[in-house]
Parts: sequence; structure tokens; C-alpha cells
Amino acid sequence: MSDARRTLSFADEAAIAQRYPAQFKADWKQRAKLLGGIVIAAALFVYGLIRLDIPFDRMLGGGVRLVEFMALMLPPDPGSWEQAKLYLHAMGETLAIAFLGTLGGALLAFPVSFLAARNVVANRVLQLFTRRSLDTVRGVDTLIWALIWVGVVGLGPFAGILAVMCSDFGSFGKLFSEAFEAADDRPIEGVKSTGGSHLHCVRFGLLPQVIPILASQILYFFESNTRSATIIGIVGAGGIGLQLAEQIRVLEWQKVSFLIVLILIAVAVIDFVSSRLRFAIIGRRVVA
Amino acid sequence: MPSAVSELPEAQLRSLAADYRAAVAVKRRRTALGLAILLAAAVAAAWMGEVDLTKFAQNFWRFPSYFVAITPQLSLATLWHDLAEWMWGIKRWGGLLLDTLLIAYVGTLLGAVAGFTLCFLASANLVRSRTIVFIARRFLEFCRTVPEIVFALVFVLAFGLGPLPGVLAIAIHTTGALGKLFAEVVENIDQNPVEGVVASGGSWIEMVRYAVVPQVVSNFVSYALLRFEINVRGAAVMGFVGAGGIGQDLIEAVRKFYYSDVSAILVLIIITVMAIDYITEGVRRRLIGREASR
Repeated sequence: MSDARRTLSFADEAAIAQRYPAQFKADWKQRAKLLGGIVIAAALFVYGLIRLDIPFDRMLGGGVRLVEFMALMLPPDPGSWEQAKLYLHAMGETLAIAFLGTLGGALLAFPVSFLAARNVVANRVLQLFTRRSLDTVRGVDTLIWALIWVGVVGLGPFAGILAVMCSDFGSFGKLFSEAFEAADDRPIEGVKSTGGSHLHCVRFGLLPQVIPILASQILYFFESNTRSATIIGIVGAGGIGLQLAEQIRVLEWQKVSFLIVLILIAVAVIDFVSSRLRFAIIGRRVVA
Repeated sequence: MPSAVSELPEAQLRSLAADYRAAVAVKRRRTALGLAILLAAAVAAAWMGEVDLTKFAQNFWRFPSYFVAITPQLSLATLWHDLAEWMWGIKRWGGLLLDTLLIAYVGTLLGAVAGFTLCFLASANLVRSRTIVFIARRFLEFCRTVPEIVFALVFVLAFGLGPLPGVLAIAIHTTGALGKLFAEVVENIDQNPVEGVVASGGSWIEMVRYAVVPQVVSNFVSYALLRFEINVRGAAVMGFVGAGGIGQDLIEAVRKFYYSDVSAILVLIIITVMAIDYITEGVRRRLIGREASR
């Protein structure tokens, strides 16, 4: 049937082309641009492969080994009940790291983000300085923060909490101040026109608008931090990552797959709960 | 002026005020309950996460003092010489940073191509079979949820040390992340062109090529660029597990207490990340701007 329709639409191609010349004329300029982009992207790709010295001869052997690993992973098995309890505890630590890290980061960032918002603080220099500082904090990866905090408070999940807090501080500061800047000016002007002070404007004009947005951003970060908190154990900052890295290094593949399944389940549960909460707070609205 | 506001009779006013107070009280109670739950969760998490405030208070001085320790000694008189000494390894680090960028680039490109291929299968508005959509979605979810550094750990064992495991790990994670975002874009397209191509007898591939891709391509590129930014940060720490890039040198400097090297590498990473953010943001803005003006 499809073929019949095809013949039908191709039967009179020349006439159709004549009737709609704009649609059938090739746009060479557009095409050259597209082709140029693709060629540049491909050239950079090939340069990358050459410069990184990707060993293609090791590809096949590695692939075979990978399949072997996967075969060894089945079925997922924690070994013993004792081990399983240990892993569950580590998962709990990971959740604690994500939760407290996000909360602490948000609490720290909240006052600072006022300084970085153009419509709250009139001083341009102070605002730009705060912005750049937040950018710098954000430029350092959570894993690097974890390394630093392990040096300060020692190994364990506490270092992880502080690390997540630090990197979230940078991200939240930026997001919050952007939310402030995107807020509607009219309520603020309303408060000002009835004789409210600057603080009144912020409290009654600005905050009621942005609090739901901030809350949903915090929840969203809690979701994504659950994922990133699973790995900071690799540098000794507690949580399930420590166990996972250890079991990978000693090639206990069944335990590795058990841990991965545990992570998948935990992340799915957190995603579900927090997206429910998010929709409850802001309604079914998309937040950038 | 008060005469302009009509006053309600006392009885009616009282009942309205009571209603208002009741409504506010309900809202307050709900907020208080929410705060109490939050506090309880925070306390439970603090117990679970071994939060130790005395240890924190005792050791907090190490945190600023670490930054003091890694701050290089620069004096104005011999600024140039001091800078040269601080950045003594700039040649090696610059090369490693280029490696890091290329790992991120190659990984992002591979992942974007794979995500592009898979996203159409994961879109419920293009694929009839629920099973295919379900399988594609679960696969993307798996790629996305397992952290890239875990993939890197496993790949290092399979392929040996070097950038290859880093590239593959980033590619797989990117496949999952971009595949999901792409699929969401595809599910929100205008269905009319799709119906048009199907009505004139186009195959599934032609439908995707002529009806879907023109609608989504600029969004896809914008998302891929955003992912590239994220992957540059990710690639910078791939070296922690031996998967190439600058991370190897950084973790070595941290572990061996080469203080000035730590700050030098950190500064280089931060500058690179900011530059990449700046460039991709410019490109993204141009892309989206062109789309909007069309």
C-alpha cells in the first residue's frame, strides 16, 4: 500500500517541482556550511584518535575481556548476608552524603546568591566578584573537593558531605541568583510603592516568587547528587563508591554487579520520590 | 482616604477574619510539618554520615591553611620568574589538558552519535512497538545511572591504562544522558510533518530524516554542546583511576603534597573549563538565536 502511495506522489514530480520551486531548489550555501561543519568535526575526531594514541589492536582483546567480565557478573550476589548488610549501610551513607551535601550547599548559597543577583544588590563590582568566585568554586569537580576535604577531616562520609556541599555551593549560587534576576519586578515595585524598605521588597516581593523554583532546583540537585555521591568513595570519602572501587579492583564481579543493581534501585527510588515532590511544589511545569 | 474603602459590617468582618486566620494557620502548620520532617531527615542523615562537629571544629583550620599552602609564592619584584617557576610543568600539563579536552570531545561525539541513533527508538510517538521503546529507555537509563568513573574503572581493567577507557566511559555515559534528552525533544515535536511523510508513502527512515530531524537538530546540537562542557569536567578527573588526561598528575600532586603543583594544575583546569563554558555558551546562543529569528 505504501508503494502505491509512493508511486502516486512521485508520478507528477516534475510538475510539483515546478509549482513549488523554493522547496525543490538546493540551498548550496546552507549545504556547504553543514558539510564544512561535519568535515571539521570529523577532522577533530580523527586528530583526537591519533593524538590520544588509541590502541585499536587492543580493542578486540579488551572487548572479549569485557564480555567475560559481564558473564562473571551474573547473577548478582553480595557473597554473604553480612556483606549485604555492609553494602546497605554504605548505600545509606551515600544517600546521607547526597542529602546533607545538597541541603548544606543550598543553605550556604542562599545568602550569597543575593549578592550575585543584579536586581538585589546595586553594587556591580560586588556582584561580578561574587559571580566569578562562584564560577571558580563550580570549576572544581566534586572529586577534587573530596580529595581536599579528606585531607581536612579524614576518611569517611563526613568528607563526602563537605565535598558535595562545596561543589553545590557554586552551582546553587549561580542558579539562585539567576532565578532572582528572572523574577517579576511588579510585586517588588508594589511593595516599594507602599513604603516598604529594601528588605521588605526582598522578603514580600521577591522571595514568594522564587521559593518554589529554588525548592524544585534543590530537589533536582538531590537527584543528581545521589548519582555523583556514589563515586566520591573512590577517593576515600565514604559511601558505596568505596566498596564498588574495592570490589572492582579485586575482580569480585558478582559483588560488583550486586552493588550496581543496588545503586540503580536507589537512584530510581529517589528519582521517583523527588519528581513527585517537585511536581507537588511547582505543578507540572518545566523548570530550566 | 479610608472613606474610599467600604467597611463591612462587624459580624461579617469577624467571620471573614476567622476564615482568613484558619487558612493561614493551616498553611503555617503544613510548613512547620515540612520543616520538622526535613529536620528529622537531616538528623538521621547526619548520624548515618558520621557528621562530627567537634572534629570539624578542631580540624577546620586545615581547610584555609591548605589553600594558603598551595598558594604559590609570587612577589612583584620577580613576578615573571616566580610565575615561570610555579608553572614549571606547563608544557607537560598543557599537553595533558589538550588530551583531556580531546577525551571529552571524542567521547561526546561518539556518545552523541549513539544517543542520536537510539533516541528515535525510545520515542513513543515514532515507534509503535511498546517493547522496543521500553528496552531502549531502560538501556539509556542504565548507561546514565552508572557513573562514568565506574565504567572507567572496569574499562581500565579490560583495555589497560590510557585514554581509551576514559573515552569509552564518557561515550557510554553521554549516550545515556543525551539519548534521554534527545528522546524528550523528539516526543515534543510537531506531528504534522510526520503524518505528511507517512501519507506520501515514506518509509520509517525517510520519516525520521525528513520529518523529525529538521525539527530537532538545533536543539540536539545545543544539548550536545552542554554535555561537552560537563564532559570536560568529567574528563579532568578520569585520570584519578588511570584513564588518561590531567587527573593523573593532579591526584599524584595531591597525594604527594606537591603543594604548588596542585594549585598550578587546578588553576589550569579552572581556566580551561571556564574558557570552554564561555565558547560553547556563545555558540549555543547563536544557534538558538538563529532558530528563534527564523
